[in-house]
This record gives sequence, structure tokens and C-alpha cells, in this order.
Amino acid sequence: MEFCYFLTLDSFITDPLTHDFMRKALLMSSLVAAVCGFLSSYLTLKGWALMGDAVSHSVMPGVVVAYALGLPFSLGAFIFGVGSVALIGFIKQKSRVKEDTVIGLVFTGFFALGIVLVSKIKSNIDLHSILFGSPLGISLSDVKQTIFISLLVVILLSIFRKDLMLYCFDPRHAKTVGINVFFLHYLLLTCLSLAAVVGLQSVGIILVVAMLITPGATAYLLTDKFDNMTVISVLSAIISSLIGIYVSFWFDLETGGSIVLAQTFIFLFAFLFAPRYGIFKLKKLFAGYK
Amino acid sequence: METINYQNFRIQAENICVDYNGKVALYDANLRLKPGQICGLVGMNGAGKTTFFNALTGFVNISKGKIRINGESVRSAQKDQTIAYVPQNEGIDSQFPISVWDVVMMGRYGSMNIFRSPRESDVQAVKDAIERVDLTDHLSTPIGNLSGGQRKRTFLARAIAQRASILLLDEPFSGVDIRTEKLISELFIQFKNEGKTILLSTHDMIHVREFCDLVLLINKTVVAYGETSEVFTPENITTTFGGISPDFLLGPES
Repeated sequence: MEFCYFLTLDSFITDPLTHDFMRKALLMSSLVAAVCGFLSSYLTLKGWALMGDAVSHSVMPGVVVAYALGLPFSLGAFIFGVGSVALIGFIKQKSRVKEDTVIGLVFTGFFALGIVLVSKIKSNIDLHSILFGSPLGISLSDVKQTIFISLLVVILLSIFRKDLMLYCFDPRHAKTVGINVFFLHYLLLTCLSLAAVVGLQSVGIILVVAMLITPGATAYLLTDKFDNMTVISVLSAIISSLIGIYVSFWFDLETGGSIVLAQTFIFLFAFLFAPRYGIFKLKKLFAGYK
Repeated sequence: METINYQNFRIQAENICVDYNGKVALYDANLRLKPGQICGLVGMNGAGKTTFFNALTGFVNISKGKIRINGESVRSAQKDQTIAYVPQNEGIDSQFPISVWDVVMMGRYGSMNIFRSPRESDVQAVKDAIERVDLTDHLSTPIGNLSGGQRKRTFLARAIAQRASILLLDEPFSGVDIRTEKLISELFIQFKNEGKTILLSTHDMIHVREFCDLVLLINKTVVAYGETSEVFTPENITTTFGGISPDFLLGPES
């Protein structure tokens, strides 16, 4: 990489766009980030970070089996994602083991099964791209799947936006006024599994949980309004993806890791400087100069 | 024995039992309340007060017995917006990014379309409810910035906006300021005159004497139930609280 490229910001941004794979990666990753960011508001408010971690790891064997059978890998991932949650619920109910322990042991079990299956099946599955994502090498059929799933999740979340907010805030009231809480619970889980499936293409199974919780956590520090939180969450997720991909292109870094690091930096920035909830409370600092 | 017309009862719980994975939380509990009655629900922590509420709202399923709300099932009471639940302050996430207006609007969700888009009547109901609890100056305040009393009033407004005929209140007086306490007690009298039925749990024995026509003393099951003046005796209270002297709970009888 020549350093003269950095002389203008313009070429820093436009040069990568001359590559077809980069255009595709930027578009797809932004879409995936938007979907995960949208969902992220709900997961952070519901306190489902660990659940997000569990589901995203549990999809591993589903991906491997689907590849081996020539099925759409999203289908396999979805079945195992929802299955892991059902199993967690079942074990929790039927034993005295605490919930966080059950979540931990179920998802690591599923994840291990996935790794063992990869080593046994020995097909052309690229373990590296599953674990760490491969936004630059996304295939056409994957593009179609990603667009389809992303639209589905966005439509579902948009329709049930307010009900899901109520479900996260006060499920007891939801139930009392005749809203189907059982349905909302599984709707959120379904969206979680689907988002994990599309997210893993960008950043891989190991880091996809970051896509599902970091943007929401960042937004939570910046606003007291739910709608604003959703918007900020989506925007910060998209910006992180763009930054991550550009940085990984110019400095030849792992793309998934770069995207997540960008998210982490944005969170840290909010953590330090958020007007009301940041450590340095910028509002107060500025108030001093009035 | 007189025949009972079940339609006359707002709440009718007959021999209900609730257990959580085999652990009994409430058994053989009975309650009958008519329109315009205010009933106090008194018991120790873990005596099944919240479980009783949960059973009436359908948040938990009963394993035995029967619940009728206005003579109908709990399911149809939910559909008809008959019951409103006002949670304890501790029972909600006060850091949730939501304003007073949005919380009160949630009282209308059950009767809105699938997108929960407010109609003119919903907006009016929310406005009126917020006015009744004297929070008009705090419409867009995030609930995290409210005092305990203001937050309690917000949830009371939600119940008002819902236009429910039955109000279940979990510790309505705990952690509230004098002004809120006065406002809530005034509202109770209005609700009573409007024919609403109120069931409230409380730790404060003085509130029971002050507001409640009836009292239900529970300790996993009903210890005593009836008119406050008859049932709310030192002996019954001692039994309910596992042998603790009522002097300790009430102060010396005046």
C-alpha cells in the first residue's frame, strides 16, 4: 500500500470503491449492521446480551450441517439458534442449575459440536470464514439470502416495534391488556437468530454478539428516548461497519475484527463523553463556559 | 344459603392454587369483590400477594380453582381491558428510555390496532389521565428523571388511561411523598364513586384502616377475609405475620 494514497481523504474513500468486492462488502455489511443495530436496542434493554452470545455461537453446527447437505446455511443456523434457546429453557425449568450456567454450558456445547463436525465432514467449508466472517468474499447466493433475511427482520421489528418495547419494559402489563407475550418472546428470539445468521457473514460467529449488543449500549448512553436510541444504534452500527472495512482495506487487517473494534471505540467515546451519562459529562463542561 | 349471582362480582376467585415448578405459592385462596369495593391485601413478603395479583391478571396460570372477572374468564378480561395492574416501583426498570407520555399511552395499547398508532380518543384519554395525576408538566420527562412518587403516579395514570374497571395496586404507598400519598387517596375515593373495584397490597396497617372496606389477610392461603372492622383484629394480624405482636406492627391501639 502506497502512502501517497492518504494524501487526500477523497482517494482514501473512493479508491476502494473501484473494486467490485469492496462495493459489495460495504453495502452488505451496512445492511447487516443496520439489522443488528435495530435489534440491539431491544436486546440491551431486555438484558439479553448473554442470550445473544448463546444464540450466535449455537448456530455453528447448523451452518456446518446445512453446508454439508447443500441447504441454505441460514436455515440450519436458524434451527440450531432457536433450538439452543428451547434447550436452555428446558434445562433451566427441569433442573436446579442457575440460568447463566445453563446458557454457558448449552452454547459452548453447540459450538464444540460445530467445530467437531467441521473436522469430521471435511468438505470445502472454510472454518476461518465462519469463525471470523468474510465480508469481502461474500457469494451471490449469500447476498440474496442476506438481503431476504435482513428485510424480513426489519419488517417484523417495524410492525411489532411498540409491542416489543412494551414487552421489554413491562411484560406483565402487556399480558394484562391481552397482548400475546408468548408470541413476542419468540418473535424476539427469532429475530435474534436471524440477525446472528446475517451478522456472522460480516464479523463471524465469535464476534457477532458485538454487533447485537454494542450499538444498543452506545445508544443507551446517548439518549432517553426509545426511538432515538434505535436510530443512534443503527447509525453507529453502519458507521462502524464502514470504518472497519475501510481500515481493514488500507491497513490489511482482519475485516470482522476491525468492524467490531470500530464499534468498541464508538462505545468508549460515548462512555467518556456522552452529554448526560458519560464520565466527563460534556454538558456540564460546556455549561461552565456559559 | 342464598344463591349467588356471579355476575354481581367483579372479581371472583374460588379455591385457587398457584405453584411454580411444584413449589406451592398460594393454595385454596378465595376472594369475591363487588363494584365500588376497596380491598386491602395484607401478608408478609413471600405470603403470595404478588402471586395473587399475577393469577388475577393471568400472568401466571392457576393449577386449581376458578377465576371469574365480571363473570367471564381471565382471558376475556384481558381482551376487554378490564384489569389494570400498577406495579411496585421496584418492579420496573426506571432507567428504561421512555417518557411519561409513552408509559401512559401503553395503557391504550390493548385497544389499538396492531401498529399501536394512537387515535384522537387515545391521545385524549392519555391527556386526561396525566392531568388527573397532576403530571401535565412532565409529559416528555424520561421516567428515570422522576421522583418515586411521580413515577408511581405515572403508572396510576396508565391504569386510568386504560379505563379498567378493576385496579390491582402493588404497594401503592411505598416510597412516595406526602403529596402523592394524598393524591392517590383522593383518587381512590373517586374510583370508588365511579364503581371501580380496587385490590391493593400494603405493608402499612394504617392505610388499611383508612381506605379499605374489606381486608384479605393471606399467608400462602387466606387467613381471614371480610369487613375491615370485623376482620382486621390483632389476633388475625398476629396469625398472618407468623406470631409477631400487632403492637409491633400497628403501634399501641389508640
